Amino acid sequence: MLLDSVLLRQATIDAFRKLNPKEQIKNPVMFVVLVGTILTAVSFSTNVIRGNFSAFELQICLWLFFTLMFANFAEALAEGRGKAQAESLKRMRTATIARRLSGDDHEESVNAGLLKTGDRVICESGDIIPGDGEVVEGIASVDESAITGESAPVIRESGGDRSAVTGGTRVISDRIVVRITAEQGRSFLDRMIGLVEGARRQKTPNEIALSLVLSGLTIIFVLAVTTLKLFADYSAREAGQDMSSVVTLPILISLLVCLIPTTIGGLLSAIGISGMDRMIRKNVIATSGRAVEAAGDVDVLLLDKTGTITFGNRMATEFIPVPGVPVQTLAETAQLASLSDETPEGRSIVVLAKERFGLRAETLPPHLARFVPFSAQTRMSGVDVLESAEPVRTLRKGSGDAIRKHIEENGGTWPSEIDPIMDRVSKSGGTPLVVAEEHFVLGVVHLKDVVKGGIKERFAQLRSMGIRTIMVTGDNPLTAASIAAEAGVDDFMAQASPEAKLNRIRQEQANGHLVAMTGDGTNDAPALAQADVGVAMNTGTQAAREAGNMVDLDSNPTKLIEVVETGKQLLMTRGALTTFSVANDVAKYFAIVPAMFSALYATAVSTGPLAQLNIMRLESPQSAILSAVIFNALIIVALIPLALKGIKYRPMGAEAVLRRNLFVYGFGGLVTPFVGIKLIDILVTRLGLIS
Amino acid sequence: MTTNDFLQIGALIAALIVLTPLLGRFCYSILTGRGAKVLRPFRILERLTYKICGIDADVEMGWKQYASALLLFNLGGFVVVYLLQMLQQFLPLNPQNLSAPSWHLAFNSAVSFVTNTNWQAYAGETTLSYLTQMVGLTVQNFVSAATGIAAMAALARGISRKTSGTLGNFWTDMTRSTIHILLPLAVIWTLILVGQGVVQNLEGYQSATTIEGKEQVLPMGLAASQIAIKQLGTNGGGYFNSNSTHPYENPTPISNWFEALAILMLPAALVYTFGLMVGSRKHAWVLYGVMMLMLIVLIGISAYAEFSNNSALGVAHLEGKETRFGIVNSIIWSNFTTVASNGSVNAMHSSLSPIAGGIAMFNIMLGEIIFGGVGAGMYGMILFVLLAVFLAGLMVGRTPEYFGKKIEALEMRWTTIPIILPSALILIGAAIACSTSAGLSSLANRGPHGLSEILYAFTSASGNNGSAFAGLNANTPFYNITLGLCMLLARFGVILPVLIVAGSLANKKSTPMTAGSFSTEGMTFGLILIATILIVGALTFFPVLALGPIIEHLLMLAGTTF
Repeated sequence: MLLDSVLLRQATIDAFRKLNPKEQIKNPVMFVVLVGTILTAVSFSTNVIRGNFSAFELQICLWLFFTLMFANFAEALAEGRGKAQAESLKRMRTATIARRLSGDDHEESVNAGLLKTGDRVICESGDIIPGDGEVVEGIASVDESAITGESAPVIRESGGDRSAVTGGTRVISDRIVVRITAEQGRSFLDRMIGLVEGARRQKTPNEIALSLVLSGLTIIFVLAVTTLKLFADYSAREAGQDMSSVVTLPILISLLVCLIPTTIGGLLSAIGISGMDRMIRKNVIATSGRAVEAAGDVDVLLLDKTGTITFGNRMATEFIPVPGVPVQTLAETAQLASLSDETPEGRSIVVLAKERFGLRAETLPPHLARFVPFSAQTRMSGVDVLESAEPVRTLRKGSGDAIRKHIEENGGTWPSEIDPIMDRVSKSGGTPLVVAEEHFVLGVVHLKDVVKGGIKERFAQLRSMGIRTIMVTGDNPLTAASIAAEAGVDDFMAQASPEAKLNRIRQEQANGHLVAMTGDGTNDAPALAQADVGVAMNTGTQAAREAGNMVDLDSNPTKLIEVVETGKQLLMTRGALTTFSVANDVAKYFAIVPAMFSALYATAVSTGPLAQLNIMRLESPQSAILSAVIFNALIIVALIPLALKGIKYRPMGAEAVLRRNLFVYGFGGLVTPFVGIKLIDILVTRLGLIS
Repeated sequence: MTTNDFLQIGALIAALIVLTPLLGRFCYSILTGRGAKVLRPFRILERLTYKICGIDADVEMGWKQYASALLLFNLGGFVVVYLLQMLQQFLPLNPQNLSAPSWHLAFNSAVSFVTNTNWQAYAGETTLSYLTQMVGLTVQNFVSAATGIAAMAALARGISRKTSGTLGNFWTDMTRSTIHILLPLAVIWTLILVGQGVVQNLEGYQSATTIEGKEQVLPMGLAASQIAIKQLGTNGGGYFNSNSTHPYENPTPISNWFEALAILMLPAALVYTFGLMVGSRKHAWVLYGVMMLMLIVLIGISAYAEFSNNSALGVAHLEGKETRFGIVNSIIWSNFTTVASNGSVNAMHSSLSPIAGGIAMFNIMLGEIIFGGVGAGMYGMILFVLLAVFLAGLMVGRTPEYFGKKIEALEMRWTTIPIILPSALILIGAAIACSTSAGLSSLANRGPHGLSEILYAFTSASGNNGSAFAGLNANTPFYNITLGLCMLLARFGVILPVLIVAGSLANKKSTPMTAGSFSTEGMTFGLILIATILIVGALTFFPVLALGPIIEHLLMLAGTTF
C-alpha cells in the first residue's frame, strides 16, 4: 500500500506543487528551509557569475531543496492515500436518476442532484438510493458495501432505529419510500469525501500548540545562527585571521536548517492526516482530527452491553426441574417446545438439550404439530402435538407470569417450589424461562447473557492504560451486576435511559474525565453529542449519525476500543517523532560547530583548538557540514513510513510506554545522527563529493 | 582536592537539604495562611501594613489584576529608586556628599534593583548615599525578592485550583513574604554577620594610616543588614564594590559559610513550598533532585577545571580569589551565585579558569532554574517542566497534561516566549556589543576572554543575575542602557507570561490521574526534564561558548592566555 506506484507518482507531483510559498508559510519551520534554500541558491549563483563555481555550495543547495521536497512529499503521500479512497466514493455520486413522488403520489424521474430536503423518492430492487434520507414506508434489504465494504446486505425499514439510508447505496430487494433529509453536496457521502480528501482538514489543538513550540525553537535558532556570524567575525578579528571563506552564508544556513526541528516540522501534518486515515481503514470516519485526538485522551468508555460485552442473545445454560420431575423430561419438553422457535434463545435450548442429554430432536412432521409462535399478548410460545388433528400434548414455555396465568386458566396450580428456583436464576443475572406441559409446571430453563470470550482481558488491558469501562444496559440492576462482574467492567448502569446516559456523561465530564460512547438510536443523539467521542453506528438513525463525531461504517460497538487505541497511537507517533527530532540536534552541533571553527587559531602546523570537538572524526569541515545536511534530509524520508503507519501500539500503562518510547526515540534520537552522519561522511569522502 | 574540600561542599549541601522541608513548610504556611506560627510583632506589623495601605487581605485577584498590581508596584519602586539617586545630594544621610550619578547609570541601577538583578555598574561606596542604599536599594532587596515569591505562589495556585478565575491577592502575598519570610531571616543573618565583624553603622568613612605609612580610607555604613538580605533574597548587589570579597562584607570563613548557605536556602525551600501548594511533594522532590544533581555536576566540572594541571598557570592558581576562602569556597560560591539569580561574588569570575568561568555563565544561560532566584527559579523551572511535559507527554498516547490540566496552545505560547526571550536578549545584546566600538571599547581583555566578558555581562543582565565577570567597564551609556533594557525585559517578559499561564491553568478543570496519565513524579520525568533543559535551554549557546570559554580553555592548555 505504501509503495503503490500511482500514489508515489501523484505524491511526487504534489510535492512540487506544494513548493508554492503560500503553502509553505503554513509551516513556519519548512518556510525557513525554503528561504534558506533560496538564499543558498542566490549565493551559489552569484559565485558562479563571479567565476567561482563551488561544487560544495551546489550540493548544499540541492540537499536543502531535497529536505523541502521530502517534507512536501510526506504530506502529499499522506493526503494521496485519502484521495484515492475519496475517488472511489466519488464514483458513487455520479448522476443517479431519482424517482420522485410529487404531492399527489405521482411518480416522476428527476436528476438526483435536483432533489430537495423533504422530497420523497421510491426505490425498488436494483435502484441506487439517490440521497441521504429516512425510510418512511416499507422495508428493504440494502447493499451498503460501497460505503462500508461489508458485503452482507442490511435491512432498512420505516420507523425505529433502522430507518436511515445513505445516498449511493443500492436496494437489492423490496420497495421503500425514502424522504430525503440532506441536500446534494451536504450528504453523508459528500461529507465523507470531504473528510477523506482532507480538504477541510484543520490543525488540531495539539498540532497548533506543537507548531507554536516548533516556531519558538525556530526563532531562537535563527537568532543563534545570525548572531553566530557576528561572534565569528569578532573571533576572527581577534585572532587576526580571515574566516570569511569558512563562515559563509550557505554554511550558516546549513547549521540553521540542521538545528531547527525539520524532522517533526516536515512530518507533522503527515502524521495527523494518516491518523485519520488509519481510522478510515478501520472503517471509522472521524468528522475532525480533533475527534481523533480526543479519542486518545478518553478515559471513560460507555459500552452498550448488547453486542459489545455480550453476544446480545440470551442462551440456555441449565435445566432446573421442579422436585419430582426428571431433568431429562424437562429438557425433552423444552426442546420440543422450542423446535419451531427460530429465535437465538429457542435455538440455544435445542442445542443445550442435545449437548447435555444427547436428545436428537426429531423434527415433528408438520401434520403432527401445531406451532404456537410467541405473541405479545400471551408472552409464551410452544407447540401442540397432534394426533389426528387433535392436540394431545400442549407444551409451553414463557415468563413466570405468563405460564402461571396459562396453567391457572387450565385448572392447574402453581407449585410453590418453583419460586425459589426462579429467584436463584434471577439473582445470578439470568432469565428464568418456565416450561409447562398441560397444566403442570416441569421446571425452569436458565437463560443467560453470554459474555464474549476475551472481553475481560481486554478490559483489564484498558484498565492498565487508565481507561475505565462502564457497561450500559436496560437490564435490571441484578442482572446487570452479575454480567458486569463476569465481564470485568469497572462500573455499570442498569435500566439506563437515554437521559440517564446523558447525565452520566455530564457527571463524568464535570469530574474532568473524557468520555467515549457508541450509539445508534435517535434517543442516543443527545448523549452522542455530549460525549467527547461519540461513535454513531452507520446502521443508526440520521440523527445519531449527525450527533456523533465519528461514524462506524461496520456498526460494530466493540470498535470503540480500537478507536481509542488509534487515537493514542496518533498522539504517541507525534510525541515520538518530536522527541526524536529534538534529540537529533546534539549530534548536529558536534558535526557543524567544530567544522566551522576548526581553522580558528590554527597554526601552520596544527589545526585550531576547536577541531578537538570533532568527536566523530569527520573527514573535513566541508564533508562534516554536507553530511549533517544530507542526514537531516534523509531522516525525513526514512521516517515517512513510521509517520504514516504510526508507531507500534502496545496496550501498557503510561509509565511503561513512556520508558520504552523514551528509550527508542529519545535515546535513539540522540545516537542515530552520530552514527548516520559518520557513515554519510565516509560515503561522501569515498565518492569524492568533496574536493 | 582534599578531604577537607569535599567536606566543605558536603556540609553546605547537607545543611541545604535539611533546611529545605523545614523552611519550605514554613513558607507554605505563610503563603496559604494555613497554620502559620509567627511572632506577635510580625503579626502586628502585617496588620498595620494592611491598615496603612488599605489592603483587604482576603480579596482574590484574577491574573490580570494580579499582574497589574505587580507591574504597578514595580514601576513605583523604579521611580523611587531613580529619584533617590538623582536627588541624593539634597537628601539627608549623605555624609560623603555624594552627588547624583549620570541619568543612564541611575536608570540602570534602578532597573537592576527592581528586577532582583542587582547588576552594579556603580561602586557603592563612591556613588550612593546611605539614604539611597537604605531606602532605595535595601527596600528593593526585600520587595523584589517578595515579588518573585508572589509570582511563584500565583503560579502554584493556578496549577492547584480548578475552574477558578483567581490566583490570590498580590498585596497580601507581598506583605506576608516580606514580613514573615524575608524580614525574620534577614534579622537573624544580620546578627550572625555582625557577630563575624561585618560593619553596621551610620558613621562617616574612617581614615587609617597603614604600616607603610600610607593613608587608607575605610568605608562604613549599614552593610550587615543589606548583605543579609542581598544573600537571602538572591539579590547579590554588594554594599561595597568588591562585594563579598570585601573584608567588611565577608570577613571570615564562618561568615562565608552562612552567606553561601543564604544564597540557596530560600530558593531550595520554595521548591518544597511549591510542592505543598500544588499537592505533590513527590513532584517537588523530583524537581529538587534534578536541580541538586545538576548543581553537583556543575560544581564538579568547575572544581575539575580549577584543580587540573595547566601549563600556562600552574596548579590551583589563586589570582583573583580570596586567600581566606581558597579555591573550593570560591567555586562553590561561583556556582551557587549563578545557579540562583544571586550575583554576589567572593572571587572574581574573570579570574576563574576559563571552564569554571564558562560554567558560571552557563548556569545563568540555563535560565537560572537550578534553584534560581527566590520564587523566580521555581516559576522558571515550571516553564521548562511544561515544555518537557508537552514535548514528551504525547508519548504516552494522551495530549499533554500537567496536574491534570491540559497543556494547550495558549500555555505553550506563553511558555515558549519566556523560555526563549532571555536567550534572545543574551545573543542579540552580546552580538551587538562585540560588533560595535561602543561595546568593544569597554573591554579589558582581548580574544576569547573579551568575548566572555561581553557575553557574561549580557547573560548576567538577561538572567537577572547581576554578577559581574569583571574586566568590563560597564558604566558607559551603551552598557547602562542595553543591559538595563535586558534586565527589564527578562524580568517582566517572564513574570507576565507566567501569570498568564497561571490564569489559564486556574481556569481549567483537572483530569484525574490514571494509570494512563503522564506522571511527573518519577525518575523518568526527571530524566526528561534534564534532557529538555540541556537540549532546549543550553545547546543554543554551544556555538558561542565554543568561541568563548571553550576555545580559551583549549588555547590555555596549549599555552596561550588572554
